[in-house]
Amino acid sequence: MQSSDLMSERSTTFPAGIEVERHHDSESGADTMTINMGPSHPSTHGVLRLVLELDGENVVRCTPHIGYLHTGIEKTMENLSYYKALVLTDREDYLSNLCNNLAYSLAVEQLVDVVIPEKSQVLRVLLNELERIASHMLWLGTHALDIGAMSVFFYTWQDRDLILEIKEHMSGVRTKTSWICPGGLRGDMPSGWYERVESFLNQFPKRMEMYEGLLSNNPIWLERTRGVGVLTPQDALDAGLTGPSLRASGVAWDLRKSNPYSGYEQYEFDIAVGQYGDVLDRYRVRMEELRQSYEICRQAMKRALAMPGAPVRTNDRKIAPPPKAELDTSMEALIHHFKLFTEGYHPPVGEALGVVEGPRGEKAYYVISDGSNRPYRVRIKGPSFYNLQALPKMCEGRLVADVVAMIGSIDIVLGDIDR
Amino acid sequence: MVDADVRLGLSGSDLAIRNKTFHSALTMTPGTLEGISHRFLRVVAEHGLQESVVDFQDCNGIPSFTVNADAVEACLRIAKENNGYDLLSDCFGVDRLGFSTPHRFEVVYSLYSIAHADRIIVRVALLLDEPCPSAADVYPATVWPEREIYDMFGVEFTGHPDLRRILMPDDWVGHPLRKDFPLGGEEVEFSHNVREQESK
Repeated sequence: MQSSDLMSERSTTFPAGIEVERHHDSESGADTMTINMGPSHPSTHGVLRLVLELDGENVVRCTPHIGYLHTGIEKTMENLSYYKALVLTDREDYLSNLCNNLAYSLAVEQLVDVVIPEKSQVLRVLLNELERIASHMLWLGTHALDIGAMSVFFYTWQDRDLILEIKEHMSGVRTKTSWICPGGLRGDMPSGWYERVESFLNQFPKRMEMYEGLLSNNPIWLERTRGVGVLTPQDALDAGLTGPSLRASGVAWDLRKSNPYSGYEQYEFDIAVGQYGDVLDRYRVRMEELRQSYEICRQAMKRALAMPGAPVRTNDRKIAPPPKAELDTSMEALIHHFKLFTEGYHPPVGEALGVVEGPRGEKAYYVISDGSNRPYRVRIKGPSFYNLQALPKMCEGRLVADVVAMIGSIDIVLGDIDR
Repeated sequence: MVDADVRLGLSGSDLAIRNKTFHSALTMTPGTLEGISHRFLRVVAEHGLQESVVDFQDCNGIPSFTVNADAVEACLRIAKENNGYDLLSDCFGVDRLGFSTPHRFEVVYSLYSIAHADRIIVRVALLLDEPCPSAADVYPATVWPEREIYDMFGVEFTGHPDLRRILMPDDWVGHPLRKDFPLGGEEVEFSHNVREQESK
């Protein structure tokens, strides 16, 4: 009786419109309350809604609710021709556009059985690693911002912007370039592009030193991240975790090493593996990944510059349009060009999996062809979808304030989860 | 009919898509298990389940085994514990409405072995309204993807710990990734004055 009086008194202290559900467990005597975190909460990196059951400041249970950003991209792709469906791959995980392009292109190239030129392989690697740096820059800034280190955000945004400018210089579009397409790349790099990448790479190690200086030995940062959100290797595998989040738990698996694609086996780099599987380890693994991406970029730059004028697109007319110059002189070429961009190409009946190591983990496109000009089924494996599955496990028994740190540490993108 | 379509805000092209029929002209070439020696098949045979593996396909380098629905849990357990496929890479559904296959849906488990760096696909073929045993006990990572298959294709998973819609709203009618679900044509909210607007 007394406690219920207390409850009603308490509930009146909340302003109108805020409702908090309270439960009293008569067996254990625990009082818990259920609150909503999201769907529009700045630290959830999109529209993620978490229903948290709290015992005081401690999380008893965490239930993620997703789907607020569901746009039916898989269904839409099934109703577009193979080439037109490419632009949608940019739009699902909107922070790793070029990696998505590559995964889809690899799948379609297997279906139509086409070999792409050496230079486009090199540029695909270069673009993917730049994309990884851009994505990790955004992660670093927002992750630090969530935990309270505001200034990092401004600096990482500058770096990310430089990469967006590189992409803009290449294609005229800042983020959703669709520049990697089945058959190679849409076009060669314009003049002055390599110099721009070079100048970005030249200043990058210094910037990394600055980020490390801001965070790595910062006592508040260490306090907030060490021992928080621990995932054992078994927990991580059980949840289907991939990418840096899995490596931080001590599982040394990187698709670039284990199943190299686009010639990754020709590059020298290491993969970072964590030891404890906490938020701090996930931070450290990604910081090391940034350095390794820088190394790969350097090597790819050297290779690309050694091949001036080499083709960046297959000359297999089955999926690549005729060169522009030919359109002026050949009627057949003009017709073919028109057919290719209206009707598209017809891969034979079959199924193919294109898979890359994206910034968030294993990004896979499973494409099923029924022999028509449209994919019969496109399945997009979003690594964030599986990574988020590990969140309830991490949250249990931790403080509410740590939930924000944990969400940041698995680097989710809601476009990748809901598709 | 017209009134309902006006209320739904459907255009002519939406209606064309909704009324589109699919031709069952496509045949899937049935695979053969003869001459296939894969370590998955060997261990499955050791466990006396070779009758349960009914089809093999080569998906551009990835071996794909179709297993009977009642044996899927056992086969996945063998793949995980005896073959070392420790990571569930992905789990998704396929609607085969356009193909002249006896089954309607497929549930595809794409498995990866970190130690061997290779993949296999284990798939289950299901008729319409045929339930599929959940693999959540073997691979806990299938909990969410199986919810997604339930949501998108309407496949029921028996023994699933938490079978609810995951991406679509709880009160949604239909299963959007089915091939007979129209693209476009969903109800437009706030359509109280559509008719006034139309008559202007």
